[in-house]
Amino acid sequence: MHRLSVLELSRGLAAGDFSSVEITRHFLDRIGSSNDLLNAFITVTEERALEQAAAADQRIKQGTAHALTGIPIAHKDILCVDGVRTTCASKMLESFVAPYSATVVEKLDQVGAVMLGKTNMDEFAMGSSNENSCFGPVRNPWDVSRVPGGSSGGSAAAVAARLVPISTGTDTGGSVRQPAALTGTTGIKPTYGRISRYGMIAFASSLDQAGVIGQSAADAALMLETMCGFDTKDSTSSQQPVEALHNELEGDLKGLRIGVPDVFFAEGLSDGVKAQVEAALNVFESQGATLLQVSLPHLHLSVPAYYVVAPAECSSNLSRFDGVRFGHRCDNPKDLDDLYRRSRSEGFGPEVLRRILTGTFVLSAGYYDAYYKKAQRVRRLINADFQQAFEQVDLIMGPTSPTTAFPLGEKTDDPVSMYLNDIYTVGVSLAGLPAASIPCGLSEGLPVGLHIIGDHFCERKVLSAGHQFQQVTDFHTLRPEGEGA
Amino acid sequence: MSWEIVIGLEVHAQLATRSKIFSGSSTTYGAEPNTQASLVDLGFPGVLPVLNEEAVRMAVLFGLAVNATIDQRSIFARKNYFYPDLPKGYQISQFESPIVAGGEITIDVGEDQKQTKTIHLTRAHLEEDAGKSMHEEFDKHTGIDLNRAGIPLLEIVSEPDMRSAREAVAYLKKIHALVQYLGICDGNMQEGSFRCDANVSIRPSGQKELGTRTELKNLNSFRFIERAINVEVERHIDVIESGNAIIQQTRLYDPDKNQTRAMRSKEEANDYRYFPDPDLLPVVIEDALIEQLRQQLPELPDARRTRYENELGLSSYDAEVLTNSKSHSDYFEALCATIGDQTKLCANWVIGELSAALNKDGLDPQQSNVSPDALAGLLARIVDNTVSGSMAKDVFVAMWQGEGSADDVIDAKGLRQISDPEAIATLIKQVMGNHPDQLGQYRDGKDKLFGFFVGKVMQAAGGKANPAQVNQLLKTLLNENS
Repeated sequence: MHRLSVLELSRGLAAGDFSSVEITRHFLDRIGSSNDLLNAFITVTEERALEQAAAADQRIKQGTAHALTGIPIAHKDILCVDGVRTTCASKMLESFVAPYSATVVEKLDQVGAVMLGKTNMDEFAMGSSNENSCFGPVRNPWDVSRVPGGSSGGSAAAVAARLVPISTGTDTGGSVRQPAALTGTTGIKPTYGRISRYGMIAFASSLDQAGVIGQSAADAALMLETMCGFDTKDSTSSQQPVEALHNELEGDLKGLRIGVPDVFFAEGLSDGVKAQVEAALNVFESQGATLLQVSLPHLHLSVPAYYVVAPAECSSNLSRFDGVRFGHRCDNPKDLDDLYRRSRSEGFGPEVLRRILTGTFVLSAGYYDAYYKKAQRVRRLINADFQQAFEQVDLIMGPTSPTTAFPLGEKTDDPVSMYLNDIYTVGVSLAGLPAASIPCGLSEGLPVGLHIIGDHFCERKVLSAGHQFQQVTDFHTLRPEGEGA
Repeated sequence: MSWEIVIGLEVHAQLATRSKIFSGSSTTYGAEPNTQASLVDLGFPGVLPVLNEEAVRMAVLFGLAVNATIDQRSIFARKNYFYPDLPKGYQISQFESPIVAGGEITIDVGEDQKQTKTIHLTRAHLEEDAGKSMHEEFDKHTGIDLNRAGIPLLEIVSEPDMRSAREAVAYLKKIHALVQYLGICDGNMQEGSFRCDANVSIRPSGQKELGTRTELKNLNSFRFIERAINVEVERHIDVIESGNAIIQQTRLYDPDKNQTRAMRSKEEANDYRYFPDPDLLPVVIEDALIEQLRQQLPELPDARRTRYENELGLSSYDAEVLTNSKSHSDYFEALCATIGDQTKLCANWVIGELSAALNKDGLDPQQSNVSPDALAGLLARIVDNTVSGSMAKDVFVAMWQGEGSADDVIDAKGLRQISDPEAIATLIKQVMGNHPDQLGQYRDGKDKLFGFFVGKVMQAAGGKANPAQVNQLLKTLLNENS
């Protein structure tokens, strides 16, 4: 049953082949037997899930079901779910029970999706390996000695191991796409503003965007479509009409112009990843697409620009965690300063502290112009580069991540090498573009992701290309074997 | 040495919106602590601010009223600092692109208040208020009330254009009147809807460069503001003349001791790390909105004052006093409208008896015990000579105490004025008959005795005779047989 895609499960539910309660129990059992090893879930909401499943079965019987009604899903533990613990994988929020639901959560509740639980992540979505979690690292089902990527590592590992058919994730600099690449799953983050950020605990507000990690572009399209749309509670959400996605992916690749930037294939890219990505591009070409060289002259500045903008926003966004109203509070504070200092030092992990300090620094008087303002300028230049490229091409493609999944602990002492893992993804985030990572083969037994980048609000084009690719390849159906599987 | 005083003011006017600037919570004053604080106001994880357009419209109205530039693309910024009554750890304010830039207002200056002076505004920007820390109510703890967190404020910053405490107060009264005329702030200083900080410095007369300033915080009445500035200026002079330097710092005025004291023991330069708030889009104000609001601008204090002088014939003083407060001025207009063609009488009563009674009971004209209609009823009795002006004051006191309409009180107290010429003549003749000596002296040329006869006649009439008629008849009768 867990081998079925969301669309297959949906058809099975409609046909009465199984009930939502049955599949919900099935996946809950899988979580029960595998989560100790993979650590993909922080919280499993069994009771709530079974109630939702029973309600979904009723709805299916009444004939008022949506395609996602009764489908088990998971939410990254950064999305607030009313009455459910929402931790952001931080000691700061270890016992925080959200008093309201995120807009995304409400939308998926409304169509009758069944939430199995909250997935593990890097603390406050800061990390590329899911090792920065106060609940411990997530393991990659393809090789449990390796990381699943991050920050949505729990969602990616859970889908890769089929502990859940599909999950939400969030992406600030690559946090949906990079773990999708490292776990052989399909991940998409839409255009900035497509999905309401209300109820998604903020890391870097101008970059944060929810997305989906699933088994295929078609599955992801179904869930993404449900999550999109303007929300009066989020002033930065877009009023651009939402395109139908999941029934609109058919077509062919003939005449599709694919831009291939040099900079994506420069130094730092591993040979194995390079080979698989080039092979994938050849598939597109063989299906009638045209590959064109495009130039993104400022993209090499994206990592430093990102690591100024994101920490700056983070340092301010995380100020509300002060031990006064909610979250961790230190024992017996001597005075106000002591309350702040100890509550925050104890509540946040080292990577979060590093980014708060970096962000505080770059916003400080005397440094603001040199760092924050300059980074914003770089951001505009990168966006302009992409805009220019999209005058010539429909999509841009390259590798999602320079390497396959790396061993746990390999980069934990070297933040810069960890940050370089985001080299292909953060520029896209700075430009607010929609992008997906789809599996395009294995290198030494580990999945490689193909990065598909579209122009603003061209989610359908991105997913459609991914779907066409998945019609003629079977990389997305490859599954890990062994311990984690 | 002679010193020049330099004062700049920052006014925080609470905008009279129904809901907060970034959430739907109510802004009603005086609710139980923390009952008007939503998840947004509490800064819960994941919540986002949504701008209340009404606050923007109010800020634009203010900008138009002071002839400022409206920034058609203004930006909200975060002002970052930690304090328990600041839930998010930052205040959403405006920094680089405020909604209102520049602008000016005119104040009266000089001993006789006959000259005018233009005070320039630097800017006015929108921001959210913080909550309230309550240090006294809880033993060894501080209570936090977040009802006020997120109330919209318009911070109005002046250039350092004022040269005396008196000018500062004149400026503040102007702004205070203006925001009430515009209907964007209730102006209540006790409840903190209209707050002021003053930046004060001195420099040797003739010097161009500004002296080191201190900032006086939370001055919550015009009287305290004037006293606080004066006492702070004296302190500056004392410090400098004794060879020391003024330290740039924030100081609190203590009205009981009439002195200022440093708020913090050491002055740390705060680095608020302002940056544009990524949760809010730039505020774009279309020309059409500006034009629409321009049409909606009500008559403003200066225009109203000119009209009172030119069209109603009021003195400059009366016109100014009346128009300084929109509610007094509105009361005056309602009164005039009811009684018609008695503007000077109406002005005297609003400035005199009515204002005194309101002040005594701490009431606003809208809360007056005597409505404009009721007062018009009384003034009509003065005009038709039913009562004299001085009797009317007694009638007003009775009306204020709830004893009914002017006619009710006049009847109940038997205050109806004697204006029948024959009755008055009879009284006069009696008085003349009772005082033959004085009558003789008067007729011999001792004119001063006229007042004596007026007094005696009024006495005989129990104070109810029409004074003008008494005067006139007395003159006739005293001189008649001579």
